[in-house]
Amino acid sequence: MSSTVPASATTPDAPHTPAKSRKSPGRRPSRSWAAPLLLISPTLLVLGVFVYGLIAANLNTSFQDRHTRAESQGYVWFENYAALFSDDTFMYSLRNLLLYTGAFLLGTLVLGFLWAWLLEKGVRGESLFRAVYLFPMAVSFIASGVVWRWLLNNAEGDRSSGLNRLFGDLGLTWLQNPWWTHERWGIVAIAVPAIWQLSGYVMALFLAGFRGIPEELREAGRMDGCNEWQLYRHVLFPQLSPVALSAIIIIGHMSLKVFDLIMAIAGQTNYTTQVPATQMWVEFTRGDYAKSAAIGTVLLVIVAVLIVPYLVATYRQERRR
Amino acid sequence: MTTEALPAPVQASRPAGTHASVATRTVKYGLLLLFLLLILMPAYVLFVTSFKTIGDATPSRAWNLPAEWQLDGWRRAWETLSPALVRTFSMVIPAALLSAFIGSMNGFVLSKWRFPGADLVFTLILFGMFIPYQAVMIPLVQLMQALSVPSGVPSLIVLHTIYGLPITTLIFRNYYAGVPHELIEAARVDGAGMLRTYASVMLPISMPAFVVVLMWQFTSAWNDYLFALFFSNSRNGPVTISLNFLASGQLQDYSASMAGALIASVPTLVVYILLGRYFVGGLMAGSVKG
Repeated sequence: MSSTVPASATTPDAPHTPAKSRKSPGRRPSRSWAAPLLLISPTLLVLGVFVYGLIAANLNTSFQDRHTRAESQGYVWFENYAALFSDDTFMYSLRNLLLYTGAFLLGTLVLGFLWAWLLEKGVRGESLFRAVYLFPMAVSFIASGVVWRWLLNNAEGDRSSGLNRLFGDLGLTWLQNPWWTHERWGIVAIAVPAIWQLSGYVMALFLAGFRGIPEELREAGRMDGCNEWQLYRHVLFPQLSPVALSAIIIIGHMSLKVFDLIMAIAGQTNYTTQVPATQMWVEFTRGDYAKSAAIGTVLLVIVAVLIVPYLVATYRQERRR
Repeated sequence: MTTEALPAPVQASRPAGTHASVATRTVKYGLLLLFLLLILMPAYVLFVTSFKTIGDATPSRAWNLPAEWQLDGWRRAWETLSPALVRTFSMVIPAALLSAFIGSMNGFVLSKWRFPGADLVFTLILFGMFIPYQAVMIPLVQLMQALSVPSGVPSLIVLHTIYGLPITTLIFRNYYAGVPHELIEAARVDGAGMLRTYASVMLPISMPAFVVVLMWQFTSAWNDYLFALFFSNSRNGPVTISLNFLASGQLQDYSASMAGALIASVPTLVVYILLGRYFVGGLMAGSVKG
């Protein structure tokens, strides 16, 4: 692994080298190869096995007839995947994942942006607001799940507890709802605590984005006769779009991996909050390794669709530097 | 909501509209306070319920203060969680230190002592940060068994170290990229080799990056549940496992489970409060793990 990767990468990197050596004329090329490779080789070896090797091994398992803890019964190739995609429960959990991700992204982006925008021009007590908005991020999904399970109690009327009780007490009975037990929208209720935890993070990203915009740019916009809305539309939003993109990538990939929160709030067997990750765990505990592995691979493909273009773009950008 | 609120600074920036600017200021602070209260609401519930007796934690008194403040819930939670807390510390600290140290060497090599293809290697490492661990879990369980790494703390140290490497490498690489090349060149001219340069030039200026990385690794390993579920149980596992075990029992012991949630969150909250400004700084490095 450690020897093949750099070797194959030599050619694409070659045009890069002259520019580099012009910058640092004193460099002796002979010594700058083996030593750094040696230093990084443990990482390359370990990640080669634990990331790429295991992805391949998992793929291999998913191609087999291996639905009990016993030995594999041979290869069935894509049969397990075909079975998954004709399984209503799996399609339902994919739908849930999509819905959850949509709600999670929308909630964190809107709240994160709003908070950053409110704090952007400096308010008294800014550090307090920032600290409070950000603190849920330090808490585990398991710990926050304890309180959110209580808050999202689905009992209504007299027996209601949690938020439903609060709505009742405030005379907002129409807001009472079955939360995560609702068959169609239940999964969106799980996004509520997730939004509570991560909006502060998105705020921090946007706030840094706002503060990274040079004041001259705003001035120039105003000089050109922009009103405040046009200033946002044509000057600030374009400057903030890389921030928004990284927020989408980060929250999006977290969202697609949702697991802890569902386990803590609804448990692994609850139907209305099924997602691929919980199904994967359930199949694993049943000993259906092939199905479990296939679900893992599907999840990987979904995340890769989001992440790989981002990584490729980042890589190209680095190369150009 | 956003579009509605957006035009507000028009008034704020024009001295003529003093009347309006008072109004927008009020709205602004009102909104900020409202969100502050909403964010703190779950914390209020946790705190208040943890001091209630089992009988007091009924739906009708859900939002009230405890009829009588008592510590039984805390005592029950502490009994269940304290062995797990010790295990979590003994798992998180070595994992964070190991992955931070290795990550700093990787970051150095990938930014300042480069080799052809370093960017490609970096991208391949980075991919490991984003993968859903479900996609490697089944062969991982088999591999760890084959290597006969004991379940519980030893397994989790290995896993958090390995799967922490992409993000620690990323943070150190970004940090070192900002170090002037002249510093490295000067060391080279003095005849220092790679390891000498790393140890005597880079390491001494790495403290801020180490703080961020250690904090990040500490928090994410402390809060991990997925690896803990596959590689430990409530007798040898970390606090997330014990807490979920405590909270999902048939008895619905709300005061104990809420006290437990608070106990389990204290270490990460302390880290966050003490080092919060680095935390935000670290996030700004564009680095996050799910």
